[in-house]
Formats: sequence, structure tokens, C-alpha cells
Amino acid sequence: MITRESVVHSDEDLKRIAGTIRRDIISMLAAAKSGHSAGPLGMAELLAVLYFHSMLHDPQNPDWDKRDVFYLSNGHTAPVLYAAMARAGYFPVDELQTLRQFGSRLQGHPERLALPGLESTSGPLGSGLSQAAGYAYVLQEIDQVNQRWVYTIMGDGEINEGNVWEAAMFAGKYALGNLIAFIDRNNIQIDGSTEDVMPLRDLRGKWESFDWHVLEIDGNNVRSIIDAIGLAKAVTAKPTMIIANTVPGKGVPFMEYNHRWHGMPPTSEQADIALLALEGATAP
Amino acid sequence: MTAFPLDPRALTNDVSSEPIRAGFGRGLLAAGELDERVVALCADLTDSTQMHLFKDRFPRRFVQVGVAEQNLVTVASGMARAGKIPFTSSYAAFSPGRNWEQFKTTAALNDQPVTIVGSHAGINVGPDGATHQMLEDIALMRVIPNTRVIAPADSIEAEKATRALASDPGPSYIRLARDATPVFTTADSPFEIGKAYVLRSGTDISIITTGTMTYQGLLAAEILADRGLSAEVVHVPTIKPLDEETILNSIRKTRYAATIEEAQIAGGLGSAVAELASLRCPIPIDRFGMKDRFGESGTPAKLLEVFRLTGPQLADDIEQCVRERTAAASLAAPTEVADALAH
Ligand SMILES: Cc1ncc(C[n+]2csc(CCOP(=O)(O)OP(=O)(O)O)c2C)c(N)n1
Ligand SMILES: [Mg+2]
Repeated sequence: MITRESVVHSDEDLKRIAGTIRRDIISMLAAAKSGHSAGPLGMAELLAVLYFHSMLHDPQNPDWDKRDVFYLSNGHTAPVLYAAMARAGYFPVDELQTLRQFGSRLQGHPERLALPGLESTSGPLGSGLSQAAGYAYVLQEIDQVNQRWVYTIMGDGEINEGNVWEAAMFAGKYALGNLIAFIDRNNIQIDGSTEDVMPLRDLRGKWESFDWHVLEIDGNNVRSIIDAIGLAKAVTAKPTMIIANTVPGKGVPFMEYNHRWHGMPPTSEQADIALLALEGATAP
Repeated sequence: MTAFPLDPRALTNDVSSEPIRAGFGRGLLAAGELDERVVALCADLTDSTQMHLFKDRFPRRFVQVGVAEQNLVTVASGMARAGKIPFTSSYAAFSPGRNWEQFKTTAALNDQPVTIVGSHAGINVGPDGATHQMLEDIALMRVIPNTRVIAPADSIEAEKATRALASDPGPSYIRLARDATPVFTTADSPFEIGKAYVLRSGTDISIITTGTMTYQGLLAAEILADRGLSAEVVHVPTIKPLDEETILNSIRKTRYAATIEEAQIAGGLGSAVAELASLRCPIPIDRFGMKDRFGESGTPAKLLEVFRLTGPQLADDIEQCVRERTAAASLAAPTEVADALAH
């Protein structure tokens, strides 16, 4: 069982785990020959902190009734979730190589009924925050359970969806203090830069005006993520939005900051180069 | 009956292939050249829905709405009211998957000439999996009054259909596919909104198809001919309004229909044919397509095989259905249907 804020994982450990997750992402995408590269690579620290530090969960007992809950709303970033789950012990690491193949539990977008440990099915964007809010509402307002938190991650392009802002109002209205949401603020979406496609501009101001507690952090820094989650828990009268500034394609120089890597996998040659770069980056 | 020319390589290994959506991209560009009221709106999928051709040529008439499919069709309805002919594109899973009510109210009921272009329909989406494999769209859109539903069979027909929709504007849905599929019609093959076409005549059974499955239906008919079953292939690119006369002419002759679509069989083309037949020519019908289940990840070829939607598998399954029905009919008291099947 992995306990919340376990002493086992130091910041250095978490950085190493993020590096391992990145290498998994590259190798699984190269094997699958389709899928999304940039978003997942940028989110490795977020998933490492959630699955190896902040969330209370038990890979041997995925439906444990004391667990913290995580919704991956931007389902196309499934590779980073699958890698974190495999490394945390939900399923064998070898199984990562079956990503997107016929019969695999690792569907192209996460499917709850296919893989134990998933809270929901996602891929169509914009639905995670509402589901997380629904779960958080039950815990806080109906069952009145303390000390369980509900997390979700959305993409920055994803929040173009109206559904997200419906959820924003809902969570603000009910002051869901047990809801901790992240925006993967990597500034890209499919057709280009987020600020060209549909400008988000003052994200902090937007969420604050919906009665959220808002934090803005370096989303590729494990300590910043851990500290932000701590601050989020300290504010019990509002839901927290953590705007996590990340680098799309992080760790793979030819992918970084380039929206063209949103939905492309590396070829096997590109994967070799990427893996070398990632080894270098996480060498002791 | 209009002759329907097929590419001479259609049923050979030399048949070329191209995604159906590519034809849409060219058709939209051509429609834009012909009529300056044509505008295009996209929800962060400009290249993959093939709107980039239009965008590059007519930047002022292209609108990026971001990942916001509800806004996509409702903005389009407003633009239509202001005199434009909007085409809106995303993946079919999200449009009409997410904005069905907005389309129904502001386009169909409100009679505004908005077209939803649903790209990446069907299981040929492949490894993206069930969330992205739109299989319910024909059923969803077919039940909305004042709405045309079109599923072209290849990229050439998609180009013609797009131009036809632009020159006769009205609330419409056009269904496109991601994967490259055989290009087997020709520049001279007819296309008119609301018309079905007999691609191959036959006397024993009617194979009634739409979209990507028309090609598989032709393959199946070829195989069945070798087995002594003469199949007529009726291609139905316009599922609504349905070309009732062409379909009735065929099934009155053959007294048996097999329908094929890359979509849920509930509510789709097969249902439309069954609704028609039950009123005007009750005959046995077997419906082929997705049989009330979700898709999953896999290569397009693998998934077509798993769901038995390849020509050879369809030939086997249709043959078996026909034989079972013939046997059942000859056991029962003689009826018109049994007679027809037993001939
Ligand atoms: C409802 C819906 N519309 C469209 C898509 C197609 N789509 C997948 S990812 C994406 C862009 C999302 O941008 P962002 O959330 O910033 O992800 P990133 O590119 O950073 O990984 C789009 C439009 C989708 N999956 N769901
Ligand atoms: Mg992004």
C-alpha cells in the first residue's frame, strides 16, 4: 500500500521516477506507432507526485474505500497515466508495450472497464472536472467524509470546452475544498499555440472569479507540486486550481515546445535519440 | 435506372485508396470558390478534418472556435442567419456527439443551413479506441426532422456531396472516415442528394450499403456470384431523405435484403430500410454493422476483421443468413416469403 506523503520517496526519488515515466512513455509510443507525445512528457512530474507521494491509494486494492481519487480528464495523455500506474504496481511494466493494440487493457484513451484503477473513461475533452466535482460533492456534502481528496488534471486547450466552466461554477458554488484540480499549462493544443487558437490569457483571474483558490507553479518541479498540494489542502473553504506551467515534450529536445508533437509518436530511430536524451537528463 | 460507372480497377488489387475526408477538403475548397457565402468553422482539428485547404485559400471565411463543439454549431447557426453557408468540422464522436441538441434546435428546427461534418466516423479510427469511434451518428442524426444525412462511399463521392450540400444549403450531416479506403467511383459517377444507386444488378438478394461499407458490399457480391447467389448492390449515400423507390424496386425483385454499415445497426441505414420495407414490402432483412457493442483499440484492418465487416466475411455471413432463412421458410407453412427464398 502506498500511503499519503510517504517518507519513502524523497524529492530526488520523485525526479528519478518522473524520468522513468518519461522513458516508458517514449518506448510505449514507439511500440504503439500512434498516440500522443508532447502532453504526456510534460506531465511526468505531476503523475509522479500524485502516484508516489500525495495520493493515498493501494494498487493491490484499487477500489479501496479510503483512497484519494484521480480523474485524468485529458485522456489523450493516457501514456503518462499508464506508466505511472505500472510503476506504482497496478499492473506489470511489460504490459506498457501493448498500448493501443487490439485486446490490450491499455486502450488508446483510458477505459475504466478495461483497466482496474481507473476512475473513469476519458478522451472526449472537458468532462473530468465535472466528474471530480460530483465525487467531491458526495464526500463533502452528502457522506461528510473528511481526509479524502479528489484530483483531476485537464489540458489547457481542453478548457476551451464549455463543460469545464459549468463545472467551475458548480465547484465554486459548493465550495468543494476537497477538490484539487490541475491545468497542464503547456501552451499548446492541436492547431497551434493556445493563445492563437483560443486565448486563455488571465487564467488565474478567470478561476478566481469563479471562487476558486488558485496557485500557479512550475509543473515540472516536484517540490513545487508537493508544496502546492499542501497549500490546496490547507484551504478548505474553496476548491483549488493549480495552474501547472509545463514544457510540452519535456526532456526530448526535438519535441519540446512544438505543438506538432501533440499527437505524433516517435519513430523507432527518434525513440532511440529521445531515450538517450532522457538518460542523460536523469543520470545521477 | 442511371448507369453508375465504377473505376475499372475497383475490384482489383490495383485500386487506389485515399481517406474519404480528403475529398471533403477538396469539395469545400471548390464550394468556397463558387459561392462566397460558404464559410468554414473548426474546433481545433483543422488539418485532420481537411479544412486547411479552405483555411489557406479563404482565411477571412475560416473560423477557429477552439475545442468547443457546442459553440461550433451554435456560432454557425448565427452565421447562417446572417446569410452565410457554414460547414462545421470536428470528429464525429464530438460533433454531432456533443452538440446534438444545439444542432437540432438552432439548425434543424430553426431551419438554418448548417452542415455538421463528422470526420473520423466508424471503427476505422483504429487505435484511438472506443471513445473516438463514432458508431451512433447515423441513428442520432437520422431522427432529426429537416436534416439530411449523407455518408459518401469514397473520396470522389465526398467531394461531390460537399459541393452538392453547399449549392443546396440546409441543415445537414455528412459522415467522413479517417483511414484510407478504396477509391472506386469515378468523376462521372452520379451523385445527387436523396438518390440511391444500383452499382451492380442481381436477382436473388439486395445488398444495401452506405459509406465505407459499399465497397465491402461490392466485394461480397462478387464472391457470392461465384457461389451462385446473384446479389444486387444498392449504394445509399443519402440515408435521409431515403430514396425509397430505388430501394423498393430492388427488394420487390429479390425479396431479401442484407444491409451493411460501419455503424450501430440500431437506428442506422438497416433500420431505415426495415422501416420502409415493413410498410411497403415486408421481406426478411439481415442487418450487418456494429451489433450493439462498443469498438476498441486496434488497427483498422484488424477491427474490420474482428467485427466481420470485410467483403469475404460479409459474403460468408450473408450466405449463411440466406440459407438459414431458406431452410426455416421451407419448414414453415408455405408463404410468399418462403417461396421467394426457395426459388
Ligand atoms: C470533445 C473533444 N473535442 C476534440 C478532441 C480532439 N482533441 C484531442 S486533444 C485536443 C487538444 C487539446 O489540447 P490540450 O488539452 O492543451 O492538450 P495538449 O495538446 O497540451 O496535450 C483535441 C482538440 C477531443 N479529444 N475531445
Ligand atoms: Mg496543452
